[in-house]
Amino acid sequence: MTYKKRLDGRAFNELRSMEAKVGVVPNACGSASFRMGKTWAIAAVYGPKEMIPRFLADPTTGVLRCHYNMMPFSGSGERIRPGSNRRSQEIALVMTKALEPVVDLSEFPNSVVDVYVELPQTDAGTRCAAISAASMALADAGIPMKDMVSSVAVGQVDGMVVADLNYNEEAYEEGAVSDIPVAMTHNTKAITLLQMDGEISKEDLLKALELAREVTEQIYELQKKALKEKFPK
Amino acid sequence: MIVNKTLIRELAKQGKRINMRSLTEYRKPITIETNISWTAEGSAKVQIGQTVVLAGVKLAIEKPYNDTPSEGGIMVNAELVPLSSSEYEPGPPGPKAVELARVTDRGIREAKAVDMKKLCIKSGEKAWFVTIDLITINDDGNLFDAVGLAALAALKAARFPVVDQKTGAIDYKQKTEEPLPLLKEPLPVTIYKVNNELLVDPTWEEENAYEARLTVSADKDGTISALQKGGEGPLTISEVAKMVDLALEKAEFLRVELDKAFE
Repeated sequence: MTYKKRLDGRAFNELRSMEAKVGVVPNACGSASFRMGKTWAIAAVYGPKEMIPRFLADPTTGVLRCHYNMMPFSGSGERIRPGSNRRSQEIALVMTKALEPVVDLSEFPNSVVDVYVELPQTDAGTRCAAISAASMALADAGIPMKDMVSSVAVGQVDGMVVADLNYNEEAYEEGAVSDIPVAMTHNTKAITLLQMDGEISKEDLLKALELAREVTEQIYELQKKALKEKFPK
Repeated sequence: MIVNKTLIRELAKQGKRINMRSLTEYRKPITIETNISWTAEGSAKVQIGQTVVLAGVKLAIEKPYNDTPSEGGIMVNAELVPLSSSEYEPGPPGPKAVELARVTDRGIREAKAVDMKKLCIKSGEKAWFVTIDLITINDDGNLFDAVGLAALAALKAARFPVVDQKTGAIDYKQKTEEPLPLLKEPLPVTIYKVNNELLVDPTWEEENAYEARLTVSADKDGTISALQKGGEGPLTISEVAKMVDLALEKAEFLRVELDKAFE
């Protein structure tokens, strides 16, 4: 075990500095901006509206549909060619699955709720920032929800379990790394997103998930605060 | 959204607007923020009223074109993303986005704003290529002026990345102090003709009521580098003269706002 101090000096369970705002896209039914370190996600919700094409409509319930897009200048290397790709399609799918359990669209049969996420700059953890932003935007849009979803990447870097990996940590070369994006509901502590790549033992995986449960609370508090600022009672 | 075209047109005749502004007044606030994206070599966020756009400049080293072996290149791309308006759909840019990108591109290219020769590293082999991506965050009208401001602000803010002298590889994580070789600072202003009156900076609602528009890109000294007429209505020569005069006057106003971002 050589990873005694994190590359950016954070404690092992420490998140990067966060910023959450609601109502950043006035045209949308609901919107939010969520920053996690140098990763920045903007989410906008449009709907419920009629599902087009019609064959995708569900006569028993409304359908949630997420879209994920990195802006062409948002990658830490070369310009990214604009448009959908395999990665963005998969992330859009897992985002939808991460949020579906908390939204209740049963009162809107044949309709769709579109969630669009755009990222102007990234430094790892983009799907997690996207989910945390999308969850706030859905709440801002007044979509019936049973719970909030908060998301963070946890993982293991050279034997140490860590929270909220940045790009440099994901790319750490002197030991094994694993990256585990997790999304969790606040009330029920249900895991609604779980992916991982890299390598990890079962023991460390469970430790990492416990850590995710602990730190997603901090994200939830920030999401709640941002929403309350927009809707003071 | 229901647009009351008749009201907008009748008010214009009386020199009034649905939002209490005078015909030649821009919305407030106009804010220009630079370096909003650490991953871009240069970037800017521009807000005019409720219209918000982002611009990001990326630089790459490529082989020059055969007909201009000692010059770099520039490319402008615009994305009207569905996040920014219920009018936009996912997918490749449509005619509206392509027009927006091309008019912005011509304003910069034809003014020779970027010194293409200075972008050349080795004739016929290597040169810097500049890509400007324009992304809408909230479309509430007058995108031409908003993206034009954002594009110029991002170009002015851009810094070359570090290049490894041995391998020639670009280290995008590190920027030098060196700005882009900018010779001119062209800015577009779009004048709209509504019921034969001229107005600037329409909201999305007002944009649905115009007969014709003219985008005028000009440098500080008033040299025009690009024009684009849009809309179904025709224009007379005297109308064009008035529109160009108004555009040049308003460009000076926008330039003051732009300079504030670089103080």
